[in-house]
Amino acid sequence: MKRAVFKNRGLPYLLVLPQIVVTLVFFFWPAFESLRLSFFRTSPFGDKTSFVGLENFVNLLSSAEYYQSIANTFVFAFGVTALAVGLGLFVAALATQKVRGLAAYRTAVLWPYGIAPPIAGIIFLFIFHPSYGVLPYWLGFVTSYEFNWLLKGWVAMALVIIATAWTHVGYNIAFFLAGLLAIPTSVLEAASVDGAGALRRFRSIVLPLLSPITFYLVVVNLIFSFFGSFGVIHAVTQGGPGNATEIMVFKVYKDGFIGLNLGSSAAQSVLLMFVVIVLTALQFRFVEKKVIYS
Amino acid sequence: MSADGALTASARVEALPRIAEAPRRAPVDWGAVAVHALLLLCVAVIAFPLYYAFVISTQTVEEVIARPPMLSPSGHMFENYVEAWTRAHMARLLWNSAIVAVVSAVGKIAISVLSAFAIVYFDFRGKAVAFWMIFVTLMLPVEVRIMSTYEVIGDLGWLNSYAGLTVPLMASATATFLFRQFYLTVPNELVEAAQLDGVGPLRFLWSFLLPLSWANIAALFVVLFIYGWNQYLWPLMITNTEAMRVVVIGLQDLIPRTGTHIPEWNVMMAAAMMALLPPVAVILFMQRWFVKGLIESEK
Repeated sequence: MKRAVFKNRGLPYLLVLPQIVVTLVFFFWPAFESLRLSFFRTSPFGDKTSFVGLENFVNLLSSAEYYQSIANTFVFAFGVTALAVGLGLFVAALATQKVRGLAAYRTAVLWPYGIAPPIAGIIFLFIFHPSYGVLPYWLGFVTSYEFNWLLKGWVAMALVIIATAWTHVGYNIAFFLAGLLAIPTSVLEAASVDGAGALRRFRSIVLPLLSPITFYLVVVNLIFSFFGSFGVIHAVTQGGPGNATEIMVFKVYKDGFIGLNLGSSAAQSVLLMFVVIVLTALQFRFVEKKVIYS
Repeated sequence: MSADGALTASARVEALPRIAEAPRRAPVDWGAVAVHALLLLCVAVIAFPLYYAFVISTQTVEEVIARPPMLSPSGHMFENYVEAWTRAHMARLLWNSAIVAVVSAVGKIAISVLSAFAIVYFDFRGKAVAFWMIFVTLMLPVEVRIMSTYEVIGDLGWLNSYAGLTVPLMASATATFLFRQFYLTVPNELVEAAQLDGVGPLRFLWSFLLPLSWANIAALFVVLFIYGWNQYLWPLMITNTEAMRVVVIGLQDLIPRTGTHIPEWNVMMAAAMMALLPPVAVILFMQRWFVKGLIESEK
């Protein structure tokens, strides 16, 4: 910690004030409001509010639809994470060879991170389009199965997973490459002098050294797909077909904004906050260890 | 990277005796060739969706729906982009997005620089509480408090306003942590020397600390610009007028839903290209800052 500090009574409060005000007004107030509303039932027109205790939570936890949205969220989040981190790790494994032009490859895979997931979703919507898209057309040569996301829930899920993973894979690659550069070449050279082949070097040296980064990326990708994925669902599938792609965050919005069931929406918010707290705690256990190169 | 970085360590070790025999010709490193081929394949897979979107944006509707699909650009780029520009009121959408991205990024940086400065360079009562309150924002993403945040914005009368679009995005624990982390690496001697010379805290921040922070500020700006440009849920909730829409949301009106519209995917893709170009260009041209910002802000 710094030893030399300025002495001033009022100034430090003035300096933190803007951030504290924004935090209080837009984070704490709404969070407590959600907590409060989750114990009430509000009539659809918002004119009557009555205390119902835990009824909103009981209703949620006994509704099959809610469990469906939890299951969808897990499929979606783990699908995106597996695809985006897996592909990132694959590229990292290739880059272990210290190939020429690594920086150019990084540029070539990084830019999709700038594309908003809803826009990526629109592009994949066309690629998956049952009548005009290339993907069903190409798959038509292999199988007569109808890859129509409007009819088949799992195809819709695959669509949003691939679109989301596409925007995020470059991020993972950037982290893996940064981690790779931090591994001393001497370690790898020593291993190859001892006769370890490329695959062996990757498995026994690079992978263990990258595992903290991998763990970190898994958590970050999960958080991102849990909470950052409202847009792609809203823009592309609207939770459909049926409820096949209705993830938890989308359901909070749908029940609150469209269904006007504020109590249930608030209760869902509270449960989601609990999930974020667990995931953030996990993320910070990693930061504590300070394993990312610094 | 050094020139011989292309050779793997093992190849270099094996190559040594052979170089002695035939100094002119290095053996072809098939391993490296295979690695390049696989990397190029990855790049192609990742680039294909964007390439395809661009191709569609240059075609007529007949070409878009042709079977087999045409995978090369056609000559109708100009009229599609003009059509998309006018139909989606693109000028207005892009302007709104630019305002949201720039104002929220600058505001966030300003707020974070100040609060991190207070936390690192001052001892004050309630410092721990302030730090904890900032930290907690990490755990409360907009997505989990949708309805109540909407009500707060409504109570403030900020619906359909730039204030409503930008101010709530400005509280960020990550930016504060980044600056705090950076200030902690600034040697104590600097502030001690400044104090001996009678430099006050604000002067120290402005003339000493900020000039040292430009690299961090630039890096953070790039990341936050992209974050702001690509906001979706927030603007969707708090704006409902055409004039206040941001581009990521405005695009949706152009999606040809199956069965009810002429499949004008060419116009759709032209609009999508215009909406994604600014953030992608920022990443490409400011890549060094972008990567720095990504990696440091996630520490």
